[in-house]
Amino acid sequence: MKISINTSSVQYENDDVMKPVWGDDYSICCCVSATQTGKEMQFFGARANLAKCLLYAINGGFDEKHRMQCGPEIARITSEYLDYDEVVHKFDIMLDWLAGLYVNILNLIQYMHDKYYYEAAEMALIDTDVRRTFATGIAGFSHVVDSLSAIRYAEVRVIRDEEGIAMDFETEGDFPRYGNDDDRADDIAVWLLKTFLNKIKKYHTYRNSEPTTSILTITSNVVYGKATGATPDGREAYKPFAPGGNPSYGAEKEGLLASLNSVAKVPYEYALDGISNTQTISPEALGHTLEERKNTLVSVMDGYFDRGAHHLNVNVFGTEKLIDCMEHPEKPEYANFTIRVSGYAVKFIDLTKEQQLDVIARTCHKFL
Amino acid sequence: MLSQGPAISSCNENDCSLTMEGIIHSTESFGAVDGPGVRFLIFLQGCRMRCRYCHNPDTWARDGGERKTVGQLLDKAERYRSYWRDKGGITVSGGEAMLQPAFVTALFEEAHRRGIHTALDTAGEPFCRSEPLFSAFQRLIGSTDLVLLDIKHIDPDPHRSLTGQDNRNILDFARYLSEQKVPVWIRYVLVPGINDDRETLVRTRAFLDTLTNVEQVDILPYHTLGIYKWEELGYKCTLGDVASPDEETVEKAKEILCRQI
Repeated sequence: MKISINTSSVQYENDDVMKPVWGDDYSICCCVSATQTGKEMQFFGARANLAKCLLYAINGGFDEKHRMQCGPEIARITSEYLDYDEVVHKFDIMLDWLAGLYVNILNLIQYMHDKYYYEAAEMALIDTDVRRTFATGIAGFSHVVDSLSAIRYAEVRVIRDEEGIAMDFETEGDFPRYGNDDDRADDIAVWLLKTFLNKIKKYHTYRNSEPTTSILTITSNVVYGKATGATPDGREAYKPFAPGGNPSYGAEKEGLLASLNSVAKVPYEYALDGISNTQTISPEALGHTLEERKNTLVSVMDGYFDRGAHHLNVNVFGTEKLIDCMEHPEKPEYANFTIRVSGYAVKFIDLTKEQQLDVIARTCHKFL
Repeated sequence: MLSQGPAISSCNENDCSLTMEGIIHSTESFGAVDGPGVRFLIFLQGCRMRCRYCHNPDTWARDGGERKTVGQLLDKAERYRSYWRDKGGITVSGGEAMLQPAFVTALFEEAHRRGIHTALDTAGEPFCRSEPLFSAFQRLIGSTDLVLLDIKHIDPDPHRSLTGQDNRNILDFARYLSEQKVPVWIRYVLVPGINDDRETLVRTRAFLDTLTNVEQVDILPYHTLGIYKWEELGYKCTLGDVASPDEETVEKAKEILCRQI
């Protein structure tokens, strides 16, 4: 905990949820994914952009950015306001198509990889009867969850261009968002993960590998976001997605523990390659002294992992981070970066430059 | 604006139950500097003080806030029980929590029934020893495990100029808590040029020395981060150019106020 507070360099994973799956001799082989050491290999497989898939469901498979028909040409949604049942029905069709395409492409990639660059040296270190997993992944997780929640619990009006393609959305009314320990939204998150993996599992996977999935876009969330138009949850076009299993920027209204509770509900057994969660906490919010801060962090982690959560990456920011945040407020990691000072919380990027300098100066002095 | 504030809700013992409603500004699932351990924070709406450095002026007005019941709030708080371990619990803050004594009493009594530690973060301004309010406060303190008490200024005149209210009730509340042997953490917002001079600090400390229940003194250096809220609300912040105290000033204040409690 001391190293976490001083360097923000440690990530934590929950042995209680991994051990029943991987036994007690596993290692972390990729980002946050576990493997039974020496007995397994993973066919690595990038991510499926489910937020884009949701837009295809609305636009009948027409790509809002590349301006061409990419998915199956199902009927577009033409109503002014989105109807939840209609959207879910079309999303289901689009997800089926995407899962099939995704597995097919991964099969091709893995086949060609084996054909032209079989990793014989590495495989020599692994048992003869190797267990192969087929690692898929999800991008845009929180945005799909919040979008579906908005469509279900609020009124989402579609703004279309002259070709009738949905380019933006206006939401009237409040709706529950993933990241507030609200089951109405969190249940959608659980449904989304289970639905996606079940669709993947319907297809044949290369060398009869076992399909698994993950929610861990740690930096590629920016890239996937760049390729994706505005989403009904209020995310602007081409803006980054929230990383991994994190709630969307600005969605967390109930504080850190509510956010952790939401992420902890996403079932690890459906995302065996990991559900990453990155949180930034200011040292002052953890306590006055290093001792207090360590104890607080222990309480936070115990509480989180006792709920069956898989992973947590804690950034306890230092001065350098504040300066970086001031100079690069556009970085996604700072969008929801909240500092807390004796009962008062504010987003750092909402402060004026003068105030930011002020906070930085005082953090240098090790107090706020 | 200064003289008009919320009236104090009356305490009728029959009201004190799961369905009793309070007027809530907001809740926060994670607080680590508002009492021992990790805490669920409940901010009540409404305050009669107009502290010039207030960082939550949006909790002042009585019109506003949301009605929530004891049961709703505690059910929500208990979702975070796994983070509390042996030390955490709930902290009621504000606004001014003591303007709704009957509600907070009901909340704390039910919290105790559920085995939850209770802390009251208050400025103590509504306190008085005349009935019927005194009984209400007695009952509230009876279910409070810890009081986080703000001392804004030790002298009445500067106190009035800083907060718009007298400080007699507040100091009397501190004495009352000492008589009742209720553990107290003192919180002192250090504002340059207003309450950071040596003489004021020494006399504040002398007052604290007359109390037998002070477990901790926290010095909170004044900060300007709340000013944008004032502007949003159309209030004028009268602290003007007052900056945050430097490290030396804070250390000196700590030497005087926090020495071996």
